[in-house]
Amino acid sequence: MYQYDEYDQQLLDERVAQFRDQMRRHLAGELTDDEFRPVRLQNGLYIQRHAPMFRISVPYGHLASRQLRKLAHLARTYDRGYAHFTTRTNVQFNWSPLEVIPDMLAELATVQMHANQTSGNDIRNITADPFAGVAADEIVDPRPWAELLRQWATYNPEFAYLPRKFKIAVNGAIEDRVVLRVYDIGLDFKRDAAGNIGFRVLVGGGLGRTPILGEEIESFVPWQHLITYCEAILRVYNRYGRRDNIWKARIKILVKALGVEEFRWQVREEWAHAKDGPNTLTEAEVARVAAHFVDPQYEDLPADDKPHHHHIVENLAFAAWVKRNVRAHKKPGYASVTLSLKKTGIAPGDISADQMDLVADWADRFSFGEARMTHEQNVVLADVKLSDLYTLWQLASKAGLATPNIGLLTDIICCPGGDFCSLANAKSIPIAQAIQERFDDLDYLYDIGDIDINISGCMNSCGHHHVGHIGILGVDKNGEEWYQVTIGGTQGNDTALGKVIGPSFARAQMADVVEKLIETYIEHRHPDERFVDTVHRLGIEPFKQRVYGGEQHTQRKVANA
Amino acid sequence: MPKLIKNGRVVADDWQLVLLAEGEAPADVAVPAGRTLVPLAVWQARRDELAARAESGELGVWLDAGEGPEDIADDVKRLAVIAVNFPKFTDGRGYSTATLLRTRYGYTGELRAIGDVLRDQFNYMTRSGFDALQPRADRYTDEQLAAAVANVSDFTQPYQASATHPQPLFRRVARPTQAQVKS
Repeated sequence: MYQYDEYDQQLLDERVAQFRDQMRRHLAGELTDDEFRPVRLQNGLYIQRHAPMFRISVPYGHLASRQLRKLAHLARTYDRGYAHFTTRTNVQFNWSPLEVIPDMLAELATVQMHANQTSGNDIRNITADPFAGVAADEIVDPRPWAELLRQWATYNPEFAYLPRKFKIAVNGAIEDRVVLRVYDIGLDFKRDAAGNIGFRVLVGGGLGRTPILGEEIESFVPWQHLITYCEAILRVYNRYGRRDNIWKARIKILVKALGVEEFRWQVREEWAHAKDGPNTLTEAEVARVAAHFVDPQYEDLPADDKPHHHHIVENLAFAAWVKRNVRAHKKPGYASVTLSLKKTGIAPGDISADQMDLVADWADRFSFGEARMTHEQNVVLADVKLSDLYTLWQLASKAGLATPNIGLLTDIICCPGGDFCSLANAKSIPIAQAIQERFDDLDYLYDIGDIDINISGCMNSCGHHHVGHIGILGVDKNGEEWYQVTIGGTQGNDTALGKVIGPSFARAQMADVVEKLIETYIEHRHPDERFVDTVHRLGIEPFKQRVYGGEQHTQRKVANA
Repeated sequence: MPKLIKNGRVVADDWQLVLLAEGEAPADVAVPAGRTLVPLAVWQARRDELAARAESGELGVWLDAGEGPEDIADDVKRLAVIAVNFPKFTDGRGYSTATLLRTRYGYTGELRAIGDVLRDQFNYMTRSGFDALQPRADRYTDEQLAAAVANVSDFTQPYQASATHPQPLFRRVARPTQAQVKS
């Protein structure tokens, strides 16, 4: 993974010093709440329900073992012994006192970590395919490009006070594993017929109150223009995005208002000035960064490992884990392992300090010292030998990190919700828990098969409910917590937004609602059809009928009472 | 009179700012004698009348956040001072205005940030091309303003190309290779 040179480190150290002084002035009353707000947000610091929420950046999800150990140390020293992993590969602490944040930042800087631009109206943490570099369907490794973008975005003087937050995702494989179309900019790296690297540009996606899928504005831009092209988009947005209404300030609204054609034209006009200018990438710079992402020293191994197969045959639990949590690797004899942070009884995405230390140990022992965070809030060890899988499984099982549920109904994406977040309308963790408890039979879960349940506690959509096969959104009705349900949302190459099935539900009803949706699917499915495929084939009507029965009228009355 | 940070020093400033009251016509507003910054609308309406004063260096133009550098592109050679107003410090349009004035339109005179200008934004403003920073007169004590000068150089070797750094870091310095970083 990318390692800092003296320039990266100096910039980060200067940032820590800058924020320490800002905190000092704030506590001394020299920096008002309003003036402090954007600068603390650009350093990952929210004022939250119980304490500040501190959001640490993990660029494109990559974590070295020493970084994991540092997070574990911070969790123990300054927080309550655990951290939360988010859908955007950030790490959140919920209980750290305001005054210690500069010290936490200083500690993070010693392991090349930070909270740069994890909030605020700026360019946020850039996400990339968690299986970058190891996926068999990869065309271009997205990580060097994500790193080049990270450097351009970090402390960028022109784009720190945008109309609204700005999120960029980078993919480089046949399968879209970052949900490109829900990003402000989605960059899809590919090769042209001659083998040259370039990228397709999607713009104007976003969830939130007005979910919109991004549209293509360029089908292929050569790699040299990565920075100048993105800069052109950002400049058009910074100048012309709406600033009068926070709900209409995302770039998606500007793209909609102008129309894709006009927006493309404006970007090209702007780009014409910057194209081939100083920000044009050089082969040398790309090679410098790419050298940090070369393959680790893989051993030459046979594609099969006999003892591994023996364990699969002998041990059903291990076999189940291999089936759900182990993924094929481009290199023979290796596999990628997903450690589940979705054990029933634990808030989805939460990980304890002890677990972080253990994952660090396993990363060192089994996976070249690196781990990765995923959009689905799990942790991946990307480069594990087949012959190590059984040992790793035993260790992970003991640590509560081997729940064999990746991609299954209990592998729920869930924001922290009303338990922690001051923006939330409703709690989300208890919903996830109720669903996980209802579906506690592993055989039944396997029979149901692949399904994404995504839960957000409010319209900000941190739980990406719009693209969940079943999406659950917390809404506020006259001070009460209600939940709206969508079905048919999809992430990946066929990204689609879910459709609302009807009036919202009380919290206590939610496990029943999900159960009825699943029963409907089981009754109607064709062989090899996933839940979402059945929804797309039949539409929402049969699901709606089952969930509301004849009671829809009453439901509505209750919901609006 | 608000003070001004220029070239790393706090200096006295005697420029007067002409504001257009709501409904006031640019043609009617009084433009006082002495060093004066007029709104873009006044400049556009009375360019012929004011051009000589601009060329003698005692009249400049200020742009509001929604006004772009295009509006003044033809005048950059004869203006000694252009100011950009930040109605709120969170309104970042002025950073693009400054960047474009410096890097696209070749403006070399004084570029002044006015309005809601805070020390926490001094570095980004400077890198975007502002060489004169004018917080509101009542915002900082003399002591605070003197200390704030240091914030101009919060970041000494930034990644990006900008008005102050024509080349991005990867063209500006020879960065160590991965092998050198690791060893």
